[in-house]
Amino acid sequence: MPPGAPLTWYLGLSAVVFAIGTVGVLVRRNIIVIFMAIELMLNAVNLTFVAFARSLGSMDGQVIVFFVMTVAAAEAAVGLAIILALFRNRETTNADELVTLRW
Amino acid sequence: MTAPVFLLLAVLVVAAALTVVAHPSPVYSACALVVTLFLLSVFFVALDAQLVAVLQVIVYAGAIVVLFLFVIMLLNLTQPESRPTAGVPVVAVAVGGGIGIAALVAAALRRVPPAGAPALPEGFGDTAALARRLFTAYVLPFELTSVLLLVAIVGAVGLASRKG
Amino acid sequence: MPADIAIATAKVLFALFLALQIVGLGVFFERKVSALIQDRIGANRAAIFGFAGLGLVNTLIADPIKFLLKEDITPAQSDRLLHFIAPCASLVPALATFAVVPFGDVLALGGRLINLQGAELNVGLLFVLAMASLGVYGVVLAGWASNNRWSLLGGIRGSAQMISYEVAMGLALIGVVLTYNTLDLQEIARAQGRLLWGWLPAWGILYQPLAFVVFLVAGIAESKRIPFDLPESESELVSGYFTEYSGAKHLMFMMSDFVEVVLVAALVTTLFFGGWQVPYLARDGFHFPWGTAVALPSLVVALLQVTAFALKVIAFTWLQIVIRWTLPRFRYDQLMRLGWKGLLPVSLANVMVSALLVLLAGRGA
Repeated sequence: MPPGAPLTWYLGLSAVVFAIGTVGVLVRRNIIVIFMAIELMLNAVNLTFVAFARSLGSMDGQVIVFFVMTVAAAEAAVGLAIILALFRNRETTNADELVTLRW
Repeated sequence: MTAPVFLLLAVLVVAAALTVVAHPSPVYSACALVVTLFLLSVFFVALDAQLVAVLQVIVYAGAIVVLFLFVIMLLNLTQPESRPTAGVPVVAVAVGGGIGIAALVAAALRRVPPAGAPALPEGFGDTAALARRLFTAYVLPFELTSVLLLVAIVGAVGLASRKG
Repeated sequence: MPADIAIATAKVLFALFLALQIVGLGVFFERKVSALIQDRIGANRAAIFGFAGLGLVNTLIADPIKFLLKEDITPAQSDRLLHFIAPCASLVPALATFAVVPFGDVLALGGRLINLQGAELNVGLLFVLAMASLGVYGVVLAGWASNNRWSLLGGIRGSAQMISYEVAMGLALIGVVLTYNTLDLQEIARAQGRLLWGWLPAWGILYQPLAFVVFLVAGIAESKRIPFDLPESESELVSGYFTEYSGAKHLMFMMSDFVEVVLVAALVTTLFFGGWQVPYLARDGFHFPWGTAVALPSLVVALLQVTAFALKVIAFTWLQIVIRWTLPRFRYDQLMRLGWKGLLPVSLANVMVSALLVLLAGRGA
């Protein structure tokens, strides 16, 4: 059964969520919220992949989504461990204050 | 999924995503993220991707965001940000950039051929179909991903354990 | 279309009704069975005009009324919205899982065959795991929203325990999936109707005994019952993560505890003990191995199957209650060690052995 909504609607929704995620990464200063906005962007891309998989009739899109999810899980684990280690050293999660690598 | 249902769910997704990005408290952002992921899972079911939808709930909403919540609560990271998130010029540029991305995608969409949905093969989107693709054409990325997960586990444990 | 919607609604409501009745029975059993085990009489003080009903009046009428009428206290400076949402986040996923548990085979009504399962998902088992992972939020948000250091610790510990045992549960289920080659719970229940050597019903326990033990232990740990109830530990931490809850919200947490007990019982029944299968009962009546066949109308068959399912679920609920009142509590590090270093390798080994056996059996067939 064809999806009731045309493909472009799904792609438009995905673009909007991706844009919201980008704005979140650029504007927020709390590292955890930046991380969550990155997860939003990844999910918007997942929606695009699944929509195209449906529209082209190929399962490859869903396989790629499977990999994106797995890599996002690994990335979340390592990223949060980094944040833990950072917090232990510097007692702050404000991205404006974590600037030691800047010249 | 009919158009009105799609529109309703899309509005909810956008509202939840805005809450993730805009709410001052990280705990509420995390809860809004769970809502967003769950609603996206509903979209996946509507797109005949049942296994991916359930995996989204199990992995993303059920494990990754729980990890976020753990870190927020253990480190007590809910103090509001010490100064306003960013100056007005930065916000303006960021929102402009977001609109720019959306506009770019909309322009690209004009070139997508308005093809009707082809007849889907039997059992599209269920476990057997995904497994068939995964273990034949994509077996190398699959093995590499398992190595990646192992490396991530070792790295995370190493980073998070106290040194000395 | 309207007939389809009506039938689907009726099925879902019936599944929920069945589950909640057994939850009520579970509450009653808890008081009475614990009393029997501890050599006392149990709750029998509340009575209506002298009729105490063996304690039914106390447990099923007086207790809920007491909970609902108590003052609902929200701690000062706590997060009110999260304090309100947490018990809902605990109860709703537990109840939602009953949508995929089959309580009967088919009912032939008005020319159509109604599949007696709330929602026919071809990824039913994964839906169960998904709802189990969503159940963690109730615990972690309750601990957080209470603005109480010890509630927070209880919440963190409880959710860490839940996600650890989810892994073992999932791996135990892989063995079941390998055996039946499907994720749909109704198909798994149906596949257990076969007869081995002509007389033995091929229930799941014969194929996956180790998975049964692992799943039962992981299920009890997932619902934070004794012996795994350190996050709650009534005698030590007051109530752990739901200390600051009173009245109706406390009732919701208690209820989600019993709903999960019934849920674990229902899943164990469906996966390992034939679900709604009555031995030798097929869709059209009994077919005994010695040749007798008794024809029965579809409604009677369905009623027999639903009754069998309910009885099996009640039996496993009773088992979990007896376990609760017999075993002492695990210490937290013992608990985590059992989950990660005990159940996880065992269920991995089970997966490998099951896969090998399925491969060899398939090659021989």
